[in-house]
Amino acid sequence: MDAIGRSMLAAAVDGRMADVSIFSPASPQAGWIVELAILALAIIGIIFLVVEGILFYSVWRFRRRQQDADGEPAQVYGSEPIEIAWTAAPTMIVFFLVLVTTRTLWEVEAAPVTPRAGDQSLFVTVIGHQWWWEYRYDSYDGRKLGFITANELHIPIGDDQIARPVHLTLQSGDVCHSFWVPRLGGKVDLIPGRTNLLSFETTEPGLYLGQCAEYCGAQHANMLLRVVAQSHEAFEAWLVQQAQSAVEDPAVAAGKAAFLANSCVNCHRISGTAADGSAAPDLTHLMSRETIAAGQVANTLKNLRKWVHDPQAIKPGVLMPAFGLSDHEENQIVEYLRTLK
Amino acid sequence: MATVDRSHRLEHAGSAAADNASSGWADALHDWTTTVDHKKIGIMYVLMSLVFLVIGGVEALLMRWQLFYARNDVLGPSVFNQLFTMHGTTMVFFVGMPILIGIGNYMIPLMVGARDMAFPRLNAFGFWITLFGGLLTYLSFITGAAPEIGWFAYAPLTEHTFDRNAGTDFWALGLLISGIGTIGAAVNFIATILGMRAPGMTMRKMPFFAWTMLWTSFQMLLAIPPLTAALVMILFDRQLGAHFFDVQNGGSAYLWQHLFWFFGHPEVYILILPVFGMVSEVIPVFSRKVLFGYEFMAAATMAIAFISLGVWAHHMFCVGMSRTLDLYFAAASLIVSIPTGIKFFNWLATIYGGRISLASPMLFAFGFLSMFLIGGLTGIMLAAAPFDFQLSDSYFVVGHFHWVLIGGTLFGTFAGIYYWYPKVTGRMLSERLAVWHFWLLYIGFILTFGPMHISGILGMPRRIYTYDPSRDWEWWNQLTTIGALVQTPSYAIFVYNLVTSLWKGKPAGDDPWDAWTLEWTTSSPPPSYNFETEPVVHSRRPLWDLKHPDDPDWQYE
Repeated sequence: MDAIGRSMLAAAVDGRMADVSIFSPASPQAGWIVELAILALAIIGIIFLVVEGILFYSVWRFRRRQQDADGEPAQVYGSEPIEIAWTAAPTMIVFFLVLVTTRTLWEVEAAPVTPRAGDQSLFVTVIGHQWWWEYRYDSYDGRKLGFITANELHIPIGDDQIARPVHLTLQSGDVCHSFWVPRLGGKVDLIPGRTNLLSFETTEPGLYLGQCAEYCGAQHANMLLRVVAQSHEAFEAWLVQQAQSAVEDPAVAAGKAAFLANSCVNCHRISGTAADGSAAPDLTHLMSRETIAAGQVANTLKNLRKWVHDPQAIKPGVLMPAFGLSDHEENQIVEYLRTLK
Repeated sequence: MATVDRSHRLEHAGSAAADNASSGWADALHDWTTTVDHKKIGIMYVLMSLVFLVIGGVEALLMRWQLFYARNDVLGPSVFNQLFTMHGTTMVFFVGMPILIGIGNYMIPLMVGARDMAFPRLNAFGFWITLFGGLLTYLSFITGAAPEIGWFAYAPLTEHTFDRNAGTDFWALGLLISGIGTIGAAVNFIATILGMRAPGMTMRKMPFFAWTMLWTSFQMLLAIPPLTAALVMILFDRQLGAHFFDVQNGGSAYLWQHLFWFFGHPEVYILILPVFGMVSEVIPVFSRKVLFGYEFMAAATMAIAFISLGVWAHHMFCVGMSRTLDLYFAAASLIVSIPTGIKFFNWLATIYGGRISLASPMLFAFGFLSMFLIGGLTGIMLAAAPFDFQLSDSYFVVGHFHWVLIGGTLFGTFAGIYYWYPKVTGRMLSERLAVWHFWLLYIGFILTFGPMHISGILGMPRRIYTYDPSRDWEWWNQLTTIGALVQTPSYAIFVYNLVTSLWKGKPAGDDPWDAWTLEWTTSSPPPSYNFETEPVVHSRRPLWDLKHPDDPDWQYE
């Protein structure tokens, strides 16, 4: 079975889209690129067939044979008209390709927009870190949001009337990264000291996968991207939930105390508590995420415990060390984290 | 000239006699390490490249082992990242450039009728410092870790903040000093080609390989200094606390990308133009026809050399340049395909109507033509900027540039080696082994790098040490690994052929291919002074004129 077929099977089994092909666009931006790609492929496909055809034909037709007479074949030194002809032909093809490239370039790289009231647009600042994604939700439909989350980007889908575009402001907190969700559009780099923009929109709900595309150190391979596209209503509900402070559950007060008493707070943030680090993913609503470790493993009790015990065992090279906590403390902290819905 | 040579040998014999303990081996070692003979230096360049080719190949195989299964764990991230950094660095700086410079070193003086390169001592210096650059880069393994930065080493990942290993310092120093050797070689080629041609060999009558080496040398002169500057800057950052690429202190990460690719793009033409030259020597001889459109070919080479200096930012379409800049670099990159196309059509026209022998050099030249075309065409896809937003930094790019560098550079270089080996050693290589070498490489190569295009289209980024099974890239990666395993024996066969043919090969004679350029007028191997008398040239094919006195070339050129 081919890979595409198997990926569809995987999607059918667990209800997930494992498809990350650039040829299954789910946004107009990715679609325009596919149009250009098919045109380019058609042109080079024709050139390929013609030129390889001439090459193979010539090598076969003019192969040396036993019955060949002695002496050399006719020597042809060149021909100016022929040279001009085969300079002109590729020049015209190049001219055409430049034109279509320009058209797609102007379509895909839209002029930057700013938030305004009732714009039905989502603005998120994406900050790349070694090796996770920080999402600062700036505004939606002109309303200021101001909460922070990590690794799973939720976006609203558009419909026939309203497009609901997503505008990402891309920055880096350390080294170069690249934001690439193939089905939603081309990649854009996150470069320290620069701010880049990426816009796309989609009308298809679902999970879109991608990953960092610019080598960024040890765990570049596991800096995965998950984009959850959901209905306007579900997205609004998610916004409300994310904007709240962390759940306070007295049952896990000991775990919360352990969390706050250890080094966790230096890097992680849990809103409504003293933990206000910004060097690692925000954990305020950790349990609303399906995965941990930047999409690498499912957010299960077992994985969470393993992670708190020794993150290096899951993600060798990750900047969080094993802190050597006692089993008791680890259990308390994990129990606390499990309440952060 | 002959007198000087003899006195040198007498002096040498005297010093050897004075040292009673010296053996034949010690003499040979002394001779090879102190030689300024362009032929010996050329051979050393090629041998160095072949050793590094094997090392780089082993690194590639280890990576393919790791990627054979999703979530495989034979190599950790650190080792894998070191491997692709060293593989790329090795193949570009210590295989690709030295092997082409080496072949040029050996052949250019012979082809233009000179007795050596213009600056023989500089030539020896260039080789040794290139070799030391390679060794220095590899010494990083001894310090604990090779660099983990990728061959284009994007800042600020190379800054001390993110990279505390000494590997990156070794890497930067190694490339810096080998770059000095490359510049020396470039100066030497330019001086030799412009100043030391045989009487009668005007620029329009040079063998075509000389044209490509000339333009390649100009490219090296222009491209290496920005790299050297960037390497000095990163060393300053790392060792002296400068902040050229340190964003936190007002430096620019973006600057490194421009500096690197201002070197990096001409570099890929440095790696392909000499090969255009080699196949332009091989194709006519084995088609028994003169090279079609010599002047247009020379002009196209010049055009490629110039245009390639202005296309570097097509490696940077995703960094967020303005649409206008994206458009410029896309258009400029597409324009390169015009002179490249002209070259291709001229090769086809040379073959057309010929009497083609698929002896080993032509077999590899055919491999070059059929595969380089594909690499060029996928390059057109990448040059269309919006398409590149998807393809950039994916496995498609990895497939593309290996297609150009193996399908183009390596196949063409093998054509050159099979063509000139008899001249260098006086022996023929085994044709039977050459056919095995060719087909294993051809099939293995397609099987390795073809699937990479597909895994890239399916969203697989480059430089990942592992991937999730849900991504469905496993099958394509397994094909790639199998392809690598098919290729592997072809290199072993090649090396075996090179070695055993030294004594088993048929004696070659002066002119085994019935060829037309000056190197075939002298003995195989040529004497240290190359030519007993200075050759006089009337056309591009001096031996054609000799063999066909009734119908000489100069009547038509």
